[in-house]
Amino acid sequence: MQQSILVLGIAAAAVLAPPAAAQEKIKLVNVVELSGAGATAGTNWKNGIDLAVADINARGGVLGRQIEIVHYDTQTNPGNTRAAVQRAIDEGTYAVLGPVFSGPIGASMQIAQRAEIAQIVGGEAAGLTRQGNQYLFRTSLSQSAAMPKIAAYLKNTVKASSVTVVWVNNDFGKGGRDAILPELQKAGIRVAADISTEQGQADFAADAIKVKNANADAVFVYLNEEESARFLRAAKQQGVDKPMVGETTLLGSKVIELAGDAANGVRGHVGLSIDAPVPAFQEFGRKFQARFNYASDHNGLKGYMAVAMIKWATEKQRKFDKKGLADTLRGATITPAEEPGIMITTKIEANGDLDRESYLAEVEGGRQIIKATLPMINP
Amino acid sequence: MAEFLAYLIAGLATGAIYALAAIGFTLVWQTSQTINFAQGEFVMLPAILILAAVKLAGLPVWVAAILGIVAFIALFGWGFKLVIVDPMIRHGVLPLAIATMALSIIMKEGAKDGFTAEAQRFPSLVPQETVSLLGISISLQHIAIIIVACLAIGALQWFVTRTKTGRQMQASAQNPNVALILGIPVAQMVMLTFLINAALAALASILISPIYLAKFSNGEVIGLFAFIAAIVGGFNQVRGALAGGLSVGVIDSLAAAYISTSYRLAVPLVLLVGIILIKPEGLFGRKEERGV
Repeated sequence: MQQSILVLGIAAAAVLAPPAAAQEKIKLVNVVELSGAGATAGTNWKNGIDLAVADINARGGVLGRQIEIVHYDTQTNPGNTRAAVQRAIDEGTYAVLGPVFSGPIGASMQIAQRAEIAQIVGGEAAGLTRQGNQYLFRTSLSQSAAMPKIAAYLKNTVKASSVTVVWVNNDFGKGGRDAILPELQKAGIRVAADISTEQGQADFAADAIKVKNANADAVFVYLNEEESARFLRAAKQQGVDKPMVGETTLLGSKVIELAGDAANGVRGHVGLSIDAPVPAFQEFGRKFQARFNYASDHNGLKGYMAVAMIKWATEKQRKFDKKGLADTLRGATITPAEEPGIMITTKIEANGDLDRESYLAEVEGGRQIIKATLPMINP
Repeated sequence: MAEFLAYLIAGLATGAIYALAAIGFTLVWQTSQTINFAQGEFVMLPAILILAAVKLAGLPVWVAAILGIVAFIALFGWGFKLVIVDPMIRHGVLPLAIATMALSIIMKEGAKDGFTAEAQRFPSLVPQETVSLLGISISLQHIAIIIVACLAIGALQWFVTRTKTGRQMQASAQNPNVALILGIPVAQMVMLTFLINAALAALASILISPIYLAKFSNGEVIGLFAFIAAIVGGFNQVRGALAGGLSVGVIDSLAAAYISTSYRLAVPLVLLVGIILIKPEGLFGRKEERGV
């Protein structure tokens, strides 16, 4: 009798218990700016990640395991970011996703490095990957890759001999300014005015008047998304009619939405865009729009690609080894044929920088129009 | 000179918004002898309510604007007095001041969690065009802000000084006990003051949000500058709030232009310290004496 009960118990346990693969999920923690000055960028990044996780889980997960994603809001605060990264590691995250703003990345990246866990971020500041951190990986081009392209664009396409530089006084903005000034000098372009603004600044009237009075041939704008929109509106209010040239943050869909008519005519270099002539980008844009009811900017694409990078490296190493994940990513080239989620051939340099195609774009009629595709720097 | 005029007009426009918010400080001070630390959030929230009505309820902008303003005045004029001021003031001004700090956080976080943490575009009443005058381009939005704010403040000043109800409001603020003996409905006058404060905050919100974009954190800067403006102008005078607001706006604009954007926040604070040392009652304020 006792034997029968034991056999029944074992049989019941075998039937009721889910398979081991379904029990264990891969935990990924996303540490990101969901409020504060970085809310626009962070929300797009988060939504891109959510879309990627849903797609991957629907296709069976990674090596048969589903992904569990957890988001922590840093409030765009470096101290909160450090605490959140530490918490993510303590909670056993497989890799750290985010943040997007360069300042909080700089303040928190040593924590993941010490824990030997890959941290995949959205930041563009050139200095981030110059510190010998073997665990930090970008999802966007670095400023040092983007600025030569912008200087060439200003010289050859805009035909500018003088430029006013407007930048935001944070790690992202300072990095951009430090990267563009030597490139402008090399291109023989004079800097008519060098205007610093503050992160979270609401009133750009005085800055727009300065830009107008500098009377340069073009204006190079290097601000975060919300500030870019406020600046463009202020510039229009002050009658600034010179070409506004910038990087991805100036031409994003959120900036276009916030700035309205003031965004028309803005042009520059974009690393990623749902309007680029890449079918996978456009398909991502449609899925994002359907799920979140607004158009993704480049940060949505970056968030999606970040998860794809983790999936690709995990399947490449055929195991869930945190340190091995970083080792596999470093120096890798990921193609859409190997991992469709990466969408475009992406080369990861040894220092965590990326190399891939990028685009020249212009805002026309409230839409970002891609004008040209620029090749990889080191194909 | 043209450049200076451009900075001056931009500063006057921003200053007009500070003045509208600063008047709220003076009104609450006069009726409750306390400081409403949620005043900046009072300017932030109406725009958020209007956008929420447009985006979540699908209402046309003009309907949403009317509903949003009415809802705001009801909640944060009438409701603020009944739910926060009346119960707290019995325990002294300090609990009330602390309650307004808590209200400030609740309004900010409520706007963030209930609507969105991202900045939102807010429709403008006037086009984003410029007019040329004396060799400078002047934004129509800036002109509209200055005119509307000055008209509103002028109307308030006229109402307070030239109408029977306004004089009753003043009497209630100056000495509620004597006003009550004279048959003035003091409770109604105090309520009217809070409703006017909410209406001015809603007006400031509609004027500034097309420029700043509607965002839950907008109240931080506006509240700080309006507070400085109220002290600079004189906490117990409406015209003082106007002068203080315009002064702070112009100084902020000139500081951003001729000193540094990084230090622009510090310059009005320096002005504040100077006023406190030289003329503690403010530029237009009356000296007040209290029994202890």
